Amino acid sequence: MDYGKGLWTKSFFSSLLVLFLATLPFYMPPYTPLAVTSILMYVVLTVSWAMFCGPTRYMSLATATFFGVGMYTSAVLGERLPFPVVVLCGSLGSFFIGLLTGYICLRLRGFYFAIFTFGLNELVRNFVLWWEGRVAHTVGRWVVLVDSLTIYYYMLAIVVLTVLVTFFINRSKYGLILLSIGEAEEAASHIGINVTRYRIVFFALSCFFMGMAGAVMATKWAYIDPRIAFNPVLNFTPVLMALFGGVGKMYGPIVGAGILTLASEILLSRFPYYYMLLYGSLFIVIISFLPDGLVGLTGRWRRNRGTR
Amino acid sequence: MGILEGEKVTKFFGGLAAVFDVDFDIDEGEIVGLIGPNGAGKTTLFNLISGSLSTTGGEIRYQGKRISNLKPHQICRLGIARTFQSVNLFGNISVFDHVFLGSICGTASRTKAVDARHKAATILELVGLPARKSELAKNLPLGEQKRLEIGRALATEPRVLLLDEVMAGLTATELNSFTTLIRQIRSGGTTILLVEHVMQAIMAICDRIIVLHHGVKLAEGLPQEIAKNQKVIEVYLGTDAYAER
Repeated sequence: MDYGKGLWTKSFFSSLLVLFLATLPFYMPPYTPLAVTSILMYVVLTVSWAMFCGPTRYMSLATATFFGVGMYTSAVLGERLPFPVVVLCGSLGSFFIGLLTGYICLRLRGFYFAIFTFGLNELVRNFVLWWEGRVAHTVGRWVVLVDSLTIYYYMLAIVVLTVLVTFFINRSKYGLILLSIGEAEEAASHIGINVTRYRIVFFALSCFFMGMAGAVMATKWAYIDPRIAFNPVLNFTPVLMALFGGVGKMYGPIVGAGILTLASEILLSRFPYYYMLLYGSLFIVIISFLPDGLVGLTGRWRRNRGTR
Repeated sequence: MGILEGEKVTKFFGGLAAVFDVDFDIDEGEIVGLIGPNGAGKTTLFNLISGSLSTTGGEIRYQGKRISNLKPHQICRLGIARTFQSVNLFGNISVFDHVFLGSICGTASRTKAVDARHKAATILELVGLPARKSELAKNLPLGEQKRLEIGRALATEPRVLLLDEVMAGLTATELNSFTTLIRQIRSGGTTILLVEHVMQAIMAICDRIIVLHHGVKLAEGLPQEIAKNQKVIEVYLGTDAYAER
């Protein structure tokens, strides 16, 4: 795969963006990093969802499950272990649950896979609800507080890490392998690709980053219960954002998550009554004209300029 | 004992015997044709050999070892590759990357990326697609797509190549070049098993022909024997025009 000049340009602008975000707390009011943290959370969830589900075209609706596992790890271990270790444990917890999930739904594809993952979230949510009630004798949990600035920088670091990992996967043979699984799974297995193994491993890898985000965000939300941690809406939001931005290119999910979260914050503050209506309409309009998502715009722009 | 053997190979789908008690013994370096009416079980047999389907009964052996219920990726690595009846390519992946992927994933021992790239270039030359290497597979015309599928299969360094109706939908010129290509592949040492309906091609290339009908082996022998076989003519060929006078 040839990147050439495009790669340097993208790296340069990406680095600028990261620098801008890293120095944000120094010249913006204190509220800004708090708001941006939410955007960063959605970016991580969307990018990690797209890491596996983008190329392989498996639609996972279990993002909330792995995010929630990270949250609960934070709640449980937060008092006993230093914060970086807690975050790592949250990630690993999600990773192993992801491995187990992948192994269980080996034979499922397409629609069945999507329904299974959605059901998984319900299962985990209700199981935790039961466990907390019967065994731990509590409804929710308080999470050890961490100051907002630390949270902000942790989330920024996680975004950078997730994006870098996605980038290196995409340009390696694994990127091609995942793409081939999405294009023609049967043919892929006939050229020596152990589809099952790659499905399980890369699905779990995407869960790793979801768990990482969950472990950090729990300290921001301060109080969690099964309904908050395993919120079903969080299953769909990354999918919508990834489709909105476009899964064809790597920056699609980033752009999609960034714009939609920003739009929703703005709409919520300006139009508190009509916010959902406008948000939904925005989504529908964009998808109708750009079925490949926002990244489809660059394709059109190039075609119109006659570069192609 | 040939490189690929089948003993009483059987596959039931519910109550329907798609393949029943089929025996075959393919020697290394042969080109064997597998013909029969549609629904005779030819592609099912390919699926059983390549691992897409598991056998209900009987055994398939490759180089003397049982491969009957291995997974497709394992069978590929052992050295059996195939093409599909309806072209099964990775639409949004480039021609070069198809062959590269085959080379890097499908060989018995690990291939390094650098070597895989060289291999891919060589194979693209062989199948006549070097000019199209950056093109996405979905943008190729049918003839080139079929060549690409063959190239991708060859990249996995197979000892046995299963070609499923690879001549279907080709022009007369393309038929000729494909026939040459298949002979070239065989002269490189690969054994070829060929499902075809294009009788001129079968008669021209095959050393031996096996005929299936309703899942059962109807006849087996040299092309000329098959062309004159009354049962085969009645059930499939329709005419004795393929027999030499």
